[in-house]
Amino acid sequence: MSKAILEIKHLQKSFGKNNVLRDIDFTIYPGDITSIIGASGSGKSTLLRCINVLERPTGGEILHNGKNILDKSNNVAAYRAKVGMVFQSFNLFDNMTVLENCTIGVTKVLKKDKKYAEDLAMKYLTQVGMSPYINAKPKQLSGGQKQRVAIARALCMQPEVLLFDEPTSALDPEMVGEVLDVIRSLAEEGMTMIIVTHEMAFARDVSNRTIFMDKGVIAEEGTPQQLFTNPQNPRTKEFLSRFMNN
Amino acid sequence: MTSVLPESFIGKVLYLAEHYGPAYLEGAKLTLFIALVGTLFGCLIGFVCGIVQTIPLSKNDSFLKIAVVKLAKWTLNVYVEFFRGTPMMVQAMLFYYGFIQYTSYRPTTTLAGIVVVSINTGAYMAETMRGGIFSVDKGQTEGAKAIGMTHFQTMLYVILPQAIRNIMPQIGNNLIINIKDTSVLSVISVCELMYHGKAVAGTYYTTFESFTIVSIIYLTLTFACSRLLRLLEKHIDGADSYDLATTDTLAHTSGMTNYPHKREEDEL
Repeated sequence: MSKAILEIKHLQKSFGKNNVLRDIDFTIYPGDITSIIGASGSGKSTLLRCINVLERPTGGEILHNGKNILDKSNNVAAYRAKVGMVFQSFNLFDNMTVLENCTIGVTKVLKKDKKYAEDLAMKYLTQVGMSPYINAKPKQLSGGQKQRVAIARALCMQPEVLLFDEPTSALDPEMVGEVLDVIRSLAEEGMTMIIVTHEMAFARDVSNRTIFMDKGVIAEEGTPQQLFTNPQNPRTKEFLSRFMNN
Repeated sequence: MTSVLPESFIGKVLYLAEHYGPAYLEGAKLTLFIALVGTLFGCLIGFVCGIVQTIPLSKNDSFLKIAVVKLAKWTLNVYVEFFRGTPMMVQAMLFYYGFIQYTSYRPTTTLAGIVVVSINTGAYMAETMRGGIFSVDKGQTEGAKAIGMTHFQTMLYVILPQAIRNIMPQIGNNLIINIKDTSVLSVISVCELMYHGKAVAGTYYTTFESFTIVSIIYLTLTFACSRLLRLLEKHIDGADSYDLATTDTLAHTSGMTNYPHKREEDEL
């Protein structure tokens, strides 16, 4: 097996006395597509936000290529440039056009020249089907369009792993499909991804590993086939039965 | 001067305007100059203060950084509280006569006026800027951090452009306030509009007529500035529509439009 990109060891996060994450362990290898499911408040999003240190974990380690990124001496910004994140609420820069949203990170963070950045941006904007909209501002786009631009922005940084924090939860139902299609095409290209989602059918189809979280711990993990068709943990069964009955 | 001052109100106003027009305009020019320069520097001071006051500190920062930032924030708080808490007229007296009485430096009254207006505006703008920075959605910061931007880059490219746009109306407010409040600088003999107004009033005992002219000039200045700032805001916001960029010419013939018209908000 190839070398792990991310190793998460005994990760903990508490907000005051509230322990949101308790002893999380898992490892991400190149090409892994991991879906994280679980009830609201089970710690899925917090886990994702801890992985790129938008929330600072209160315990444990995150090893990136063998180096603990939670060390004080570590440059968190440089690490984040290698770990892409797609948010539920898009978080596109409102003061920039679609094209500028995609190029700003490449020129200012990766220090590449403008021409290179624009070519790269056009490549990924074409991939997500948003290349005609390069001159639009985020407020002029629909939710699905915004999210596709946000994915292109993350791809422009050419990340080693891409994190999706409920990418379709803020979308109208008719726009969910276009975003899931883009993520599916990335999966086919072998992009390493961690996807927190409530789209169970999508999680089952697209990922090669599924993690079920409950009360801040990984209650069960396995292949989607195992987890969705033959869950072992009673909590997983209960959770899935609620979803499948809908 | 051989002509005689007319009896009627209108006549007196016209007489003063005719004979002392250049003096009023001279004053108006200086008023506008001090207000513009003072507001500009005040904004810069305010931006810097606002940025410093919103520097986030985390437990991971070094002791030195925490100490320096905390000291800077405390100092700025003292500055803001002092200059918001005393009248500009008093500040002008303190500043100008402070120098004259206790140092060998003799600032010109215009320079003293600009400095007082700047630091006074800066104190207000510091708070406005702080509010402007907080008004930008937290998601913008997270989006910037997620692509690896440092705090400095996040502020420079993402937060400040939006914060400044959000506080544009307040900057306009400050400019208009400054155009009017430079009138208090006449206490340190800055020859601005108020000063000339008083001088002309005293010459013929025509206080009401002279200040009628003065108020018309103030009103013209403030109204023009508020309109210009509105235009500037529109310019910053950019176009309401956007062009679809496509090299596929067939796409246009198949009914792709580039939405040239802004949707009318009040139209159903």
